[in-house]
Amino acid sequence: MMKNSNKEQQNMNKWFSSGSPWIWLSAGGVSISLISVLGLLWLIASKGLSYFWPADIYEFKSINDQGIHGTVIGEIYDREFIPASQLAHTDIKLAPGEETVERLLVKTGNRELVSLDFRWLLVPEIQTTTKPEDVVVIERRTNGNFYGYIESVILDGTVVDISKLPELLERVDNFQEEIDTLQNSYIGAINYKIERTRLKERKYKLDNELTDELVKELNTEVADLEAEYQVLEAELMGLRKQVARDQIVVRAMDGQKVTINFEHILKVTYNNRLNFIDKFLTFLQQISAFLVDDPREANTEGGVFPAIFGTVLMVLLMTVIVSPFGVIAAIYLHEYAGKNAFTKLLRIAVINLAGVPSIVYGVFGLGFFVYMVGGSLDQLFYPETLPSPTFGTPGVMWSAITLAILTLPVVIVSTEEGLSRIPSAMRHGSLALGATKAETLWRIILPIASPAIMTGIILAIARAAGEVAPLMLVGVVKMAPNLPLDGNFPFLHLDRKFMHLGFHIYDVGFQSPNVEAARPLVYATALLLVTIIVGLNMTAVSVRNKLREKYRMLEH
Amino acid sequence: MALAFKSTGTRQLKNSLAKWLITLGGISVLFTLVLIFMYLLYVIKPVFDSATVEQTSHIALSSEGRTLSTGVDELKEVAYEINTRGEIVFYRLTDKNNHELGSQISSQHLISDDAEITHIVDSGIHYKLLVDSDNNNLVIAPKFQAVYTADTREIMARIDYPLGEESLEIDENNEQLKKVAFAMNSEKVVFVAKTTDGRLIKTSLLAEDDFDYDPAFEAIYQEIDFYSKKVDEILITPDLSLAFVQSGNTVSVFDLTDEDVVTLKAEIKPKTNITSMALLSGSSSVLIGDDKGNISQWFEVASDSGRDFQKIRSFNNASGESVAKIYTEQFRKSFYTVSSSGAADIFYTTSEAQLWNGKIAETAPQAFAISPRADAIVTVSNNELKIFTVHNEHPEVTWSALWNEVWYEGYAEPDYIWQSTSGTDDFEAKFSLVPISFGTLKAAFYAMLFAVPIALTAAIYTAYFMTPGLRKKVKPTIELMEALPTVILGFLAGLWLAPIIEIYLPAIFLMVIFLPLSTLIAAFAWYKLPKDIKLKIPETLAPVILIPVILISVYCAFALSPILETHMFGGDVRQYITNELGINFDQRNALVVGIAMGFAVIPTIFTMAEDAIFSVPRHLTSGSLALGATQWQTLIKVVLLTASPGIFSALMMGLGRAVGETMIVLMATGNTPILDWSIFQGMRTLAANIAVEMPESEVGSSHYRILFLAAFVLFVFTFVVNTLAEFVRQRLRDKYSSL
Repeated sequence: MMKNSNKEQQNMNKWFSSGSPWIWLSAGGVSISLISVLGLLWLIASKGLSYFWPADIYEFKSINDQGIHGTVIGEIYDREFIPASQLAHTDIKLAPGEETVERLLVKTGNRELVSLDFRWLLVPEIQTTTKPEDVVVIERRTNGNFYGYIESVILDGTVVDISKLPELLERVDNFQEEIDTLQNSYIGAINYKIERTRLKERKYKLDNELTDELVKELNTEVADLEAEYQVLEAELMGLRKQVARDQIVVRAMDGQKVTINFEHILKVTYNNRLNFIDKFLTFLQQISAFLVDDPREANTEGGVFPAIFGTVLMVLLMTVIVSPFGVIAAIYLHEYAGKNAFTKLLRIAVINLAGVPSIVYGVFGLGFFVYMVGGSLDQLFYPETLPSPTFGTPGVMWSAITLAILTLPVVIVSTEEGLSRIPSAMRHGSLALGATKAETLWRIILPIASPAIMTGIILAIARAAGEVAPLMLVGVVKMAPNLPLDGNFPFLHLDRKFMHLGFHIYDVGFQSPNVEAARPLVYATALLLVTIIVGLNMTAVSVRNKLREKYRMLEH
Repeated sequence: MALAFKSTGTRQLKNSLAKWLITLGGISVLFTLVLIFMYLLYVIKPVFDSATVEQTSHIALSSEGRTLSTGVDELKEVAYEINTRGEIVFYRLTDKNNHELGSQISSQHLISDDAEITHIVDSGIHYKLLVDSDNNNLVIAPKFQAVYTADTREIMARIDYPLGEESLEIDENNEQLKKVAFAMNSEKVVFVAKTTDGRLIKTSLLAEDDFDYDPAFEAIYQEIDFYSKKVDEILITPDLSLAFVQSGNTVSVFDLTDEDVVTLKAEIKPKTNITSMALLSGSSSVLIGDDKGNISQWFEVASDSGRDFQKIRSFNNASGESVAKIYTEQFRKSFYTVSSSGAADIFYTTSEAQLWNGKIAETAPQAFAISPRADAIVTVSNNELKIFTVHNEHPEVTWSALWNEVWYEGYAEPDYIWQSTSGTDDFEAKFSLVPISFGTLKAAFYAMLFAVPIALTAAIYTAYFMTPGLRKKVKPTIELMEALPTVILGFLAGLWLAPIIEIYLPAIFLMVIFLPLSTLIAAFAWYKLPKDIKLKIPETLAPVILIPVILISVYCAFALSPILETHMFGGDVRQYITNELGINFDQRNALVVGIAMGFAVIPTIFTMAEDAIFSVPRHLTSGSLALGATQWQTLIKVVLLTASPGIFSALMMGLGRAVGETMIVLMATGNTPILDWSIFQGMRTLAANIAVEMPESEVGSSHYRILFLAAFVLFVFTFVVNTLAEFVRQRLRDKYSSL
């Protein structure tokens, strides 16, 4: 026995001295890293996707500790276990020995009836849970979702059968679409033109070129536009009236009857009647609506189209700026720079540009580009709009330039890596055949290095798309009234502020009044952003790997 | 031939053009970095400039009589003087619109012709009380208004009488006033005066409506019980709550808030010969000047023995002469002192800064006024009115005020505080960079605490023990973390992780024990496995084997957490920490930030450390192994030692990233600027502070420039760290290539 335990001891010692435990511990580091990366992605994906999946609607009949009966209709949003001791002040009867109590967070909607559209339900208090087939979810333009039973449908003052509902909804949809085009495209364009005419007049005045003739001409122009506006306005009012013709009456969970006008309704669904395929189709529909719709209710509902658009546009502008500079700098470093102190300094500058905190770029961009350069541009070219600034205020152009500086090192490093992988034999061959250095670069080196350059640009885009901190200072806003690109001359409005997916996450998740309600949308936005960025990164990595393979072949 | 030659020429031209262009592009990178550095400095520099005072113009006064009071309008275009004959005369200070500089605009008699004004007392910059030899008392307010015509702007002056044009009866008995002070707002006026028959009186006028448009009032007369017959100076705070009465070398503080009785609240005995006294903007501090050129600041401090007035700090004027007069600015804590020889000094209390000193007259000026925007002073002496332009935009900032403890008004002791804005005008801005720099280091420390063990162990294993096939998959996966936008990490940390940690706090600490323990158990279990199974599942698969092990131990930690909470912490850890341990618990605390930012830092450290270890030349390890060292011994004694500079630079890069990270800290902490290492409390970092306050700060203000300074501090810090890391890495690369 003694011998055995001794042997065990030796065995243990041997194991320890072999270093194997430490190797395993370091393997644990790898495992934790892997778990956290994959777990994080899985968390975002599952939470983000569940936002689109049509949830079951439950009806809970409960009785609370004072013996009051209640009915709650809604989606189960979250569930958690809390220690029973936290409920000591209530008279809840628990099974002996039970230490935790389950509770459900239920989204009840109906914001006009209850102050909070979420409530906690203790599972022991729930008497029955059903999934009534007749419960509908009504998505609305304001006040969020409504959950309840449809009592009647009223067409122009008379009650009609519920089967008419889809038809009426489609009619309203068509009208709403017309209203949107009218409002955004036509009326917006007229307002823009009137504003420009007013500015033209001020400009003439500032240049002392304003003659009576010009005044008359401009005034007639404005009068024409205003007349046009009146016509459209009348048309709009007509449409609005059409839309507001019908109503539905809905019974909420507490028996109250609420009349909802069709002009507020976006969609009516019987979630509990959907089978898996229906749900899947709804799921796809929801995703596409999320991608192409405008936000509603201070960004907490609806889609994120302006944010996607703003992000893409800003990143494209940035790419246009950063690509030539990054590539040229990389070419200089690899092909032209000598081995001297200056080159070392330059390399340190590149490393530091990559290491400077992004917020510092934001501060620099705000002070230098926005206030200094932008302010001077306004003085020179837009004196007519002063004191309200044109370029002297944060906007999409300054954001693009600021992020271009921020991503410059990414392009440089990646391009230089690509250049260094090109065998020098290729350069020598070209030069030996009589080509100049510039020609060698242009005809031989750059084409071969182009995948590396692409990699750098893709990585820069991925970095820029996820960067938020500097943008908060140089151009991003919570809600931009207009897209930076529209049908009004000069079409691309570089001075406009824009919306951004990353900032959308920060803003809706942390600045909105009803964070609980907005959270699923934030997960969905996060999923979208992560998908874009991870997708871009994987593309970049695979391009780079292919490239490496290719050069390996060239070398042999 | 000629054609070929020409084409060679253009080719050469293109070649050299390309060379120049590319060189320019390369240099522009360096230029950008230098530009950022210089621009930040350019914005910051004015903050540390000292004040300048320059005489811009002087006018000979055309009126007779000695000047008693003076003033200037907001745009510094019109100045006025009030002389003993009761005349107010307005002068032009510009030669715009074809006027002559110094010409008289208008003049007006304020009192009857045969009387003489004995003294004029100011309340703020707007109101003046005139007391004449006939015992008439009149409150006036010189007002200026800009009038715009086609292309010019004229400043028009007028006199308002907020309390009516009739003489005010300040003393019930109608005695002549020897000394008087007053302060007013739109609802109430308070006078405190010493009469010739030796009484100290307080008179309050309560507006029936509002003094801004209706001078009607109701008067309340009170007598103050005061032991001393002698009164040298009286001051009333602008909020009408306190009166400071100087009698010899003692200043008595009276509480004026009670309409029935005026009580002596405190006595200030500075133990010097008091020569002058003034109230600092914001009504809490009094400044006392003495005959040795020393000025001390006093305010009420809560101490063990109740609230009493304490000497907070003192200043010395440059000349060392007796302080004849102290003049304070309306909205800032700046003040001017003038000595009898006409030497003036400018100080700022909070920053303890002496901003300027110089001579402004031959003797102490008869009248002295600070312009409403505090950008000029007006002095009158010997019938000459002088205008000095003052550049003193950022008096509140000095290097020592940014980094040392400062005793702010209303605080019990000197402290490091960052509080940049507030609702009120007379707010004392508190710009100490210490709490936010501390917050930055705290956040970085906890992030590194979390990230370094994981990142380094992962790097060691991946570079040294992992099979190439697995490494090819693992490395990009971990590096993918670097691509995750920090806004998403911050969002998850703030809204997902923080509530979880709050509920399952014990689980987090259990994991610190469980994870290594379960790993060791798994390792030992594998060691004990029979040989044939070991061959099927080789040790090189350890990271994969450990994934379920770690998941199970995490699950166990979370499952045990509520039980532990019930049995050890009385059911609620949060309450236990707050009540039993006496530590504040924020939901968004350093623990959350440490974990979230740790995730952001792991890939940075991992990638660089892995590269450094992986590129240790093979022949070194082969040699060590051949000599009989175990894998682990080789790793510790050879590989890590050789790669240590690379690991060091990886850590530096990670630190740089943690220090500059904005979004995670912004979203995962409460952003309160506190000085506390506690893991359960939040912090505010330099970067988050910039993100929060920059959009609201006024361009060119001290606040704006200090935020630039914060950015500059970040810039310099990361510059040093990155350059050091790069330098070490370069050295290492050279070493490897020589091996």
